[in-house]
Order: sequence, then C-alpha cells, then structure tokens
Amino acid sequence: MSARTEPRTLPVGRHALLVELDTAEQAQALHAELLRRRAAGELPPVREIVPAARTVLLDGLDDPGALAADLAGRPVPPLATADGEPLVLPVRYDGPDLAEVAALWGVAEDEVARIHSGLEFRVAFCGFAPGFGYLTGLPERLRVPRRATPRTAVPAGSVGLAGPYTGVYPRSSPGGWQLIGRTDAVLWDAGRQPAALLAPGTRVRFEVCG
Amino acid sequence: MSGFSVVRAGVLTTVQDLGRPGHAHLGVGRSGALDEPAHRLANRLTGNPEDLATLETTLDGCAVRPGRAVTVAVTGAPCPVRVDGRPVAWGAAVRVAAGAVLDVGRATGGLRSYVAFAGGVDVPPVLGSRSRDLLSGLGPEPLAAGRTLPLGTPRGPSTGADAMPWPAPPVARLVLPLVLGPRDDWFADDAPRTLAGGGFTVSSASNRIGLRTDGPSLTRVRGGELPSEGMVLGAVQVPPDGRPVVFLADHPTTGGYPVIGVVPEPALAAAAQAVPGTPVLFTPVRA
Repeated sequence: MSARTEPRTLPVGRHALLVELDTAEQAQALHAELLRRRAAGELPPVREIVPAARTVLLDGLDDPGALAADLAGRPVPPLATADGEPLVLPVRYDGPDLAEVAALWGVAEDEVARIHSGLEFRVAFCGFAPGFGYLTGLPERLRVPRRATPRTAVPAGSVGLAGPYTGVYPRSSPGGWQLIGRTDAVLWDAGRQPAALLAPGTRVRFEVCG
Repeated sequence: MSGFSVVRAGVLTTVQDLGRPGHAHLGVGRSGALDEPAHRLANRLTGNPEDLATLETTLDGCAVRPGRAVTVAVTGAPCPVRVDGRPVAWGAAVRVAAGAVLDVGRATGGLRSYVAFAGGVDVPPVLGSRSRDLLSGLGPEPLAAGRTLPLGTPRGPSTGADAMPWPAPPVARLVLPLVLGPRDDWFADDAPRTLAGGGFTVSSASNRIGLRTDGPSLTRVRGGELPSEGMVLGAVQVPPDGRPVVFLADHPTTGGYPVIGVVPEPALAAAAQAVPGTPVLFTPVRA
C-alpha cells in the first residue's frame, strides 16, 4: 500500500460524487478521513457517505464540483492504527461448506476455525442487506470463490467467505458465499440503537465457541 | 378504533413517506414514495405536513374502512374514487364517515395513486421512516385484506385549495434526462446515441427497485467485473444483458454493474407513473 495517494473523482448525476482509489485500504482510509472531516465541520453538508470496494460515494451535495476539486488536490492520509479492542463474534464452525473451504485452503477441516478466528478483520463497507458487512483482512491465499450455485436460503447468522471478504448474514436470505459457521450475535435489529452491529470501520474478530 | 381496516389490498399497496436517507453506509436504502410530488400533494390536501405516511397503490388501487370520520385525498395516478359506492372527487380533500368504505379504483392513467389520511398512517417508524422498502424488507408489510393500520391525530384543517398540476395527460412517451457518468467509459461510443434513439420501452419486470427496459442492448467495451460501488437514486445501471435499469427508491445501496449515467431526481416521478410498454427516451447530457 502506497503511503499517500491522490483520489480520482467521477461525476454521479448533479448532486453526487464518486471518489475512486487504487486499493481497498486507500478507500477505507479516505472513508475514515471523510468521517473525521465531517465531524470537524470541514465538509459541506452531505446526506450519505458510502464506502465500497475501492470507492467512496458522497451523495446529497449542493456543489459536487467544488468538493471534487478540494479532494483531488488532497492526499489521503494512511489509515490510523486502530486502538481499543475489536468487536468479538462467537462462532460455531460447523458450516455446510467447511470441507470445501478446508480443501481450497489445503488444510484439515478443524484448522479452518483456528485460522479464521486468528485473523482480525475490518468492515470495509456494507451492502446487500441492512447490516451486511464486507469484512477485509483475509490474506490473498485464503480467498475462495463464491459457490457456483447460490443457495436459495442462507440462515441468519451464517458466517461466510467470498473473494477477499468474510461476512455474516444478518437475516435469512439467498446467498452464494461459502458458509463455514454460524453466530448467535444479532447483526441487525431495527429497534436497537445502533441497529447495525457492524458499520464501516468496525474491527472484528471471530471466536471459536461450542 | 383510530385507524382503518383493509377491505381490498390491491396487487401492491404499501405505506410510504419521504423515506430514510442517511443510512446507505449500513446497506439501508432511502425508499419512500416513488411519485414524491403526488405524495406531498396528497398530504397538503388533507392538512398534513408533507412527511406523513400515505398509501401508495399499484395500478388497481385499494379499499379501506376507517374506524373514525377522516379527511382523505387521492392523488398520483388518476382513478375513480368512491365512498360507500358513491363517486367522490379525485385530487381533493374528501370526508369519509366512520365505517364507510373508501374505494380507490383502478388507475385510468399512470400506475401509482397516493392516499393521504388527515393525521397520516401512524405505523411505528423504522430508522425514522414508515416507508416499506421492498428490497431490504424494512417498514410495514404491504397491505393485506383484514389487517388494521393506525391513523395519527389530524394536525390542522385541510387547506382546501392547492395547486393541482394533475391529472397530467397520460405519459405517451417517457423522456428521461441522463447525466453521463460515472462509468460511461465502459460502453461503446455509440451508447449515448442508442439511449437517445427511443428504442426502449418500460418493461413489465419494473418495480419499486428499478424501472427496467426492453429494447436495444448497450455494448460494453470493457470486460471484467466492476468492484461494488455506491449507488444513487436515478442511477442507470447496465447489467450483462445490456438493457438499462433506472434505480428507483428501493434500489440497492451498492452494486457491481456499471452505471452509465444518472437521471436527475425531478424526472423520476414520471418514471414512477410510466406503465409497461411506454416508450422511453433518454436525453444524455454531460455533467
């Protein structure tokens, strides 16, 4: 990861701006910097700041052109080293794709839990469903493809892998990720404050249970 | 009972307000009334603030029975409106007696009618909004016959008089301005000409998530996958089949198909009222 990078900006309609970076790390760093600037009152009013794989979208701007000019000349500081403890999610590693993932990783089945629970992840962005986080932190060699045929129903709490991401299904839904386990943690509760357990920037660790 | 019971739900009738902006980073879309000006007008006609919840019908209306006397107004897609079988005014404040049946009939033009009640549909809000988001599943379930929904306390007198831009003539042709970008460079140089060529029609697979089109296929000049990126209301996403989809209120917050351009919000109310088969013309403009 290069220490400093200058973002590219792309127009999105008349009131939004897409900022594109080279890597996921840079996008996370820009997102953190934009949140810092918004909290400090250094950003014009903006309705949504939506990080994604390699971009950050700013929507609901009066003058996207002015902000584009501001961002283009401003290198993104690297992501600050996290302090404090990550959120811990207890997982039973008994998912239906455990054998498949173990084979892809070239390890014994019971090694998957040890490896996955030994990593620290970070919510890069959310999407797909309320509270569904795309967590980065998986080393390149542990990336697995999506299932060739998605399941029509994946139970809530299922912990899965797909490409560079790991994630937890907040509710039962169709899905194509490789499922390695299940957590009882409630990822999304609209009546709770905050409703989403995982928000972009949240650090996460999984813990073997049961 | 300070509410209404559902006599006839219609094919799809949902509770809608101005949606829940500000949560896209959590995977929660904006949602809200697709024809926002019609929703706002219905509220004004009943003396409500414009952000109270109304009912949004789809093509064949709905029928409800209020438990108390209430002022209502129907806007959006023009349709016959009846109270206990007697015709009453569309697009105006109408008094419905306790126990009478308000029947919002089949749209004679357009697709979605809005039914406001003085005091608003008072279901519990989710993240600040009472809108049903059909993609995320947030908000109250679509109406079902026999169910009862609460009404709020009326705030003020009906204004009685309001500007009535409707009924507009039926939309013979949907013209959508299109601000090109962010991914117009993923498509062949003739894509803007194809979009402006008028060969598209509204697909019957359209819904609150997106207005889908039938017609020519836009040619991609770039292969490979686009990593997921944030999506805005009005974004015109082009899936692998090449047929543009205009994102409406219940659109996903992120997506991996390239967005060739964005339809500005004021043009989306007309998109919400365009029936399947309506010709669609995009008029590309540079940002």
